[in-house]
Amino acid sequence: MSTSELTTISAEELKPIHLPGAIIPAPPEESDTSIMRIEIGPAHPAMHGIVRLTTYLDGEQIVGMVPEIGYLHRGFEKESENSKWIQVIPYTDRLNYVSPVLNNIGYSMAVEKLFGVEIPRRAQFARVIMGEISRITDHLTCLAACAMEVGGFTFFLWFIKAREYLYELLEQVTGGRVTINWTRFGGNGTDFPDGFLKEVEVRLEKVQEVIEEGDQLVTRNKIFIDRMKNIGVLSKDRAISYGFTGPLLRACGVPYDIRRADPHLVYDELDFEIPIGEVGDSYDRFLVRMEEMRQSISIIEQAIDKIPYGPVMTRERYLGYPDKKEVYGSIEGLIDHFKMVMEGHHPPAGEVYQPIEGGNGELGFYLVSDGSGDPVKCRVRPPCFNYVQAMPELALGHYVADVVAIFGSINMIGGELDR
Amino acid sequence: MSEESSESVESIETSEPAETSAVINLVRQEHPAAILSTHRHRSDETLVLKREFIQPICRLLRDHPDCQFEMFVDMTAVDYLLVETNLQQTERFEVVYHLRSLSKDHRIRLKCPVPENDCQIPSIHLLWHAVNWYERECYDMYGIHFEGHPNLNRILMYEQFQGHPLRKDYPMDKQQPLLELNDVEERYHYGRFE
Repeated sequence: MSTSELTTISAEELKPIHLPGAIIPAPPEESDTSIMRIEIGPAHPAMHGIVRLTTYLDGEQIVGMVPEIGYLHRGFEKESENSKWIQVIPYTDRLNYVSPVLNNIGYSMAVEKLFGVEIPRRAQFARVIMGEISRITDHLTCLAACAMEVGGFTFFLWFIKAREYLYELLEQVTGGRVTINWTRFGGNGTDFPDGFLKEVEVRLEKVQEVIEEGDQLVTRNKIFIDRMKNIGVLSKDRAISYGFTGPLLRACGVPYDIRRADPHLVYDELDFEIPIGEVGDSYDRFLVRMEEMRQSISIIEQAIDKIPYGPVMTRERYLGYPDKKEVYGSIEGLIDHFKMVMEGHHPPAGEVYQPIEGGNGELGFYLVSDGSGDPVKCRVRPPCFNYVQAMPELALGHYVADVVAIFGSINMIGGELDR
Repeated sequence: MSEESSESVESIETSEPAETSAVINLVRQEHPAAILSTHRHRSDETLVLKREFIQPICRLLRDHPDCQFEMFVDMTAVDYLLVETNLQQTERFEVVYHLRSLSKDHRIRLKCPVPENDCQIPSIHLLWHAVNWYERECYDMYGIHFEGHPNLNRILMYEQFQGHPLRKDYPMDKQQPLLELNDVEERYHYGRFE
């Protein structure tokens, strides 16, 4: 490249950070058998999806690791660029498939930002309630799997039971447990059914009970603490430099929560605390997630108290489908419906980046529109991409059995990582 | 579109402040030749740069006390081939960086146009840990070469994959032959093949 003399700067001048990157030890001599290479994954029960960790061992100690991802790559971006804007929403369910509502919300909010519209208040509260339910299911799944991998199988069964209570709630609103396709541009697909909010309160009590039971079971359990404490420590500065967000960054002691830092929906009207950890090890991540579930329950209860009556969809003609009554009863409604189906949405030309606090960290959507009705670019910023990148550093110096304790606590989701 | 709705859209656009922020002024002061344009759309600030300046400007943004963008949030590229647009695109590709400052509580977007026939840009992997994999993904998907990257291999696709799938001229329905099993086994030394 023809860089001018003025701008060429040396590596030292850039003040580089110390970079371990993918740690690969020097290849040993043929007679030397001290370094052993062991493949963890791609199809390993502790790998939560499909990812391969090529691990180099000296005895039982990890001296190097190379993560390999991409086994679940389905071409989310390519599919999105060849779809209409509205057709992307079902694809987002499949990104982080344990908290699909949050993906729906993130994408819809990005498109709404592109349009420059604000959705009705009831829809915003509904998104908060459903999003927080989804966050609890995400944390429940992560903690359950993490505890199971270090030996706590009862904990797993209890937490998955609690998750099922919440999935049934999602099912009442959306019709699906995991692939829900719930939000629309300018609001939500469906309003809550009758008596739903009462049901939420009842079920949240049951979930709270399960969380406290689980808390008593493992949080102060010596075996569990021995497996999790001081495992996978990352300092504050390095976590930020690695792009950690969400529970992992908070476990390192940084109170960064996008619900607070870039307030979206109605989070600024709700009162909640941001739990942070001290050292940033696997145990801190566990504690942060446990506390976040309690905070989420509190957020839902506040939102239920405050949720107003009203529509859940904007009345903007260019955003939503008209009512069926209008479609069958008036010529304007029929035309609107026809144009919406055949041509789709036409966001004005421009680009936006919309971050939300996903279950696992900052979930960002970067969209580019040229005004023609087809997305030019639909990029999702997956939170766990950065976590898996940091795996070599998290695991370095630990024993091979600790890999599952670290990998469980970073909550890698294959669908989101590989898109 | 009804009249009410168009008014509400416009009012949001005009409510955004027209003046540029301190960060953009600082970059303009330090590297006046680097900035191609700036804009602010839906409260996202954007700085369009010449690609030669990406290293010094990123260092400035990371280390200057008024900027302190210590978190590298996201990076991707956009292919503007076949896009009939009024986005005023001069080159085919555009590399897009998103930065976040936790201490100063602001975000910025950097964009660098990259021409098709000289598809490279200096790597900034020395500035943030997170950059390494994002640049690999960008290379994998768009074939943009990051000069100085230590390990510029494919990350999501497999090594034998031909082409770069997110380029607009890569056909949507193109299929590539699956790998022969023997290739895989030879590569990873799983079996003993003579």
